[in-house]
Amino acid sequence: MSLVNFTAREITCKIVYYGPGRSGKTTNLQYVYGRVPESRRGRMVSLATQTDRTLFFDFLPLELGSISGFTTKFQLYTVPGQSYYNATRKLVLQGADGVVFVADSQARRFDDNLESLQNLQDNLLAQGVDIRQLPVVFQYNKQDLPRDLILTQEEMDDALNFREVQSFSADALHGTGVFETLKGISEQVLKRLAAGSAVA
Amino acid sequence: MTATLNPLYRFDTLVVGAANRLAFTAAKAVAESPGTVYNPLFIYARPGLGKTHLLMGIGHAARAINPRLTVEYLTLDEFVESFHAAVAAGQGEAYRRRFSDVDLLLVDDVQFLTHRREMQAELLRLSDALQTTNRQIVLTSDRPPAEIEALDERLIRRFAGGLVIDISAPDYETRVAILRRKAEERRASFGEGVLEAVGSLVIDNVRELLGALNRLVAFQAVSDTPLKPAQARALAGGAELAEEKAPKPEPTTREADEFSDFLSEVSATVAQQVDSWRTRVAAAILRWEGEGFSTARLEALLQQEMTTDPEQVLRQFESDVHRLQALHAEASELAPSLAGSSAFRDPEDIAGAEAITQRAREGAHPPPAPLPIWRLDDLFESAGNRMALQAARAVAGEPASRYNPLVIVGASGVGKTHLLHALGNALAPRVKGPVACLSAHEFTGELIEAIDRDAIPAWRARYRGTAAFLLDDVHLVAEKDRTQDELFVLFNYLIESGRQMVFTSALPLADMKSVEGRLRTRLEGGLVVDLPAPEREVRQQVVERSLQAKVGAVDPELAAYVGSRPVESIRAVHGLLQRILNAAEAQGSPPTVTLAREVLEGSQPKPPRKTATRSSGVVAPAAGIKSREKIVWDWLDVGDRIVEEWR
Repeated sequence: MSLVNFTAREITCKIVYYGPGRSGKTTNLQYVYGRVPESRRGRMVSLATQTDRTLFFDFLPLELGSISGFTTKFQLYTVPGQSYYNATRKLVLQGADGVVFVADSQARRFDDNLESLQNLQDNLLAQGVDIRQLPVVFQYNKQDLPRDLILTQEEMDDALNFREVQSFSADALHGTGVFETLKGISEQVLKRLAAGSAVA
Repeated sequence: MTATLNPLYRFDTLVVGAANRLAFTAAKAVAESPGTVYNPLFIYARPGLGKTHLLMGIGHAARAINPRLTVEYLTLDEFVESFHAAVAAGQGEAYRRRFSDVDLLLVDDVQFLTHRREMQAELLRLSDALQTTNRQIVLTSDRPPAEIEALDERLIRRFAGGLVIDISAPDYETRVAILRRKAEERRASFGEGVLEAVGSLVIDNVRELLGALNRLVAFQAVSDTPLKPAQARALAGGAELAEEKAPKPEPTTREADEFSDFLSEVSATVAQQVDSWRTRVAAAILRWEGEGFSTARLEALLQQEMTTDPEQVLRQFESDVHRLQALHAEASELAPSLAGSSAFRDPEDIAGAEAITQRAREGAHPPPAPLPIWRLDDLFESAGNRMALQAARAVAGEPASRYNPLVIVGASGVGKTHLLHALGNALAPRVKGPVACLSAHEFTGELIEAIDRDAIPAWRARYRGTAAFLLDDVHLVAEKDRTQDELFVLFNYLIESGRQMVFTSALPLADMKSVEGRLRTRLEGGLVVDLPAPEREVRQQVVERSLQAKVGAVDPELAAYVGSRPVESIRAVHGLLQRILNAAEAQGSPPTVTLAREVLEGSQPKPPRKTATRSSGVVAPAAGIKSREKIVWDWLDVGDRIVEEWR
């Protein structure tokens, strides 16, 4: 995907929300969807099972209007978290300009987070993308749960964020940290404009 | 729980326009006389039109007038929350008393009373209590009371009993005024028409309007060039806004805030990144312009507002400039006269620069040509130079077929160079290609320069491309081994290629001991003709022509006299004549033979001559002194002596 299309005067950012199943990726998108004026959002495509698990992926196009003469569009995707949907994850990950890794802060999901992060690195590598070269932020979701059930942001950082990228504490269900996370990844992705390293 | 009043939300910071003038007047009246005019005052408006600002403005103004006034501001949510807390704590009555004692109660966002029967009842009771004691209550909502779902009918009537007033969307003038006011608060200044352009967009939400202003400020902060109105419109998202203003449910305040915050940040980031391209392009223009290159392409890029990938254009431009620099370096080596040529400064004309370089590569850059002032026809033929002249005419008539090479041998000043250049000019129209005519000294000088610039192949090509090669003073190549080597190779090449060559030498070839035999013998293999010292008739003709050219008239007697002077070269004839002309000029009289005699022989000096000198016994022997000019009557000054000795 081309990040900046100078001919069409268009900036398109593809941001993928990645993470283990039930960590709150779709919830993030739903919150954003609910806060964006109708005129600026496209139809949110969500293919879910009867139990509201993401079956394929969620897709939320955002039209941010004309910024500095460029029609700016954000495309937010989620991947299905369950391990058996890896082919889908690979597909969605293709051409991503940035990744939000949504981790489940619950202590019992510790291993799932690690496994999903490893899976993200593997899938990127399979596409020839070094995770160190791609804008990535962490979101530690469900921080609203009782303290004895969850790991704090510091503990989550220690466990997952060994590259010390931006991380956000969140309660996606109520919106806390959702837009902060989106702002964080957007800024990183857009700043690559200056570096001239638009993802081909 | 009572929220504090936002200090920025005062009447004097509110921009009043047609849309909110009525509400503002009512609010002001209430602030000045709480509980007496409009009680309750109910203000409704869609989100982002200034309800809260107006509400808090009443609080500030009322306090300013009467500091002892108790003012409470709270949102309905806070009202409900504190009520529940009070009830839970068994302090319901205390809660009621607290609000009953307030002089001015300001309640924001009462639309959330929907379906809250108990809170509606509480508000009704409170409203009655306040009104009874002439205390003021002001409420705001995003819709009129009648449209608040499931609102108690009695409350609606109470509100209607006071004043229900709405704020509509700001008109154009108000929007521009708001933008100006806010821009001023932020110490941001914009060009003419910028804020008006944004104000002309149908943005009927002040918050959104301020979001647009944020984007302008962010863009301006990172931009070196002033924002233009069209850009400002685009930046404010004008295109979409104009179309989307059909009545649609707006998100609630908090929701709108989150998104507009996000949008503002993204806008600022994008503006900053996009602007960095402009800065880079501008820097490139300054750099390459400073180095003398045409930057029309980059200037056009700035004006096009990035319709193409500027990085790609910059890369291409720099690559073109580097190509020009390489071509320039190469062409300068091949042809030094091309150094600094403007043909290598225009990246839009690489093809032209390539063509010039290619011509230089092919040696098309002409070597030194014969001086055009000398023509073969102008030479005076005499018995002495006849052979040389005829040989020259034969060479000019049939280049490279009669005498090749032609070698003209003669003492210094007899006219070899004159004849060589004249022959060169005669050859030029008859051969296909440039005619090189230069001295051996120049030839060696060029060779040294070519060695210095490591450009020998180009230098050789330059002369191999000549149709005729005329070298003056070939005897000067003596003891210059490398020059002789090059000349030898060139000689062979030109002979084999059927090009005419002419040489002159001040020494007979046999006397050129320091010139390699292989070269000398090749010169001897052509026609060697002597150019002897000019005879008297030739000297006279030369003088006549010179007089004609310099004085405009020919004195035959003078010409005959000067021509008769026994000199060995044409150059010496010119020297004599010049002395006479100088003397004539000094006296302010035309040159005459008398003057000539005075100058050349000293026969009639102006000051009284000491004839005694001549009678002193110094008598020129009949054959001992050839020329009387050698007898010095008056010693020349030092300068003249040097000239004399030089001659």
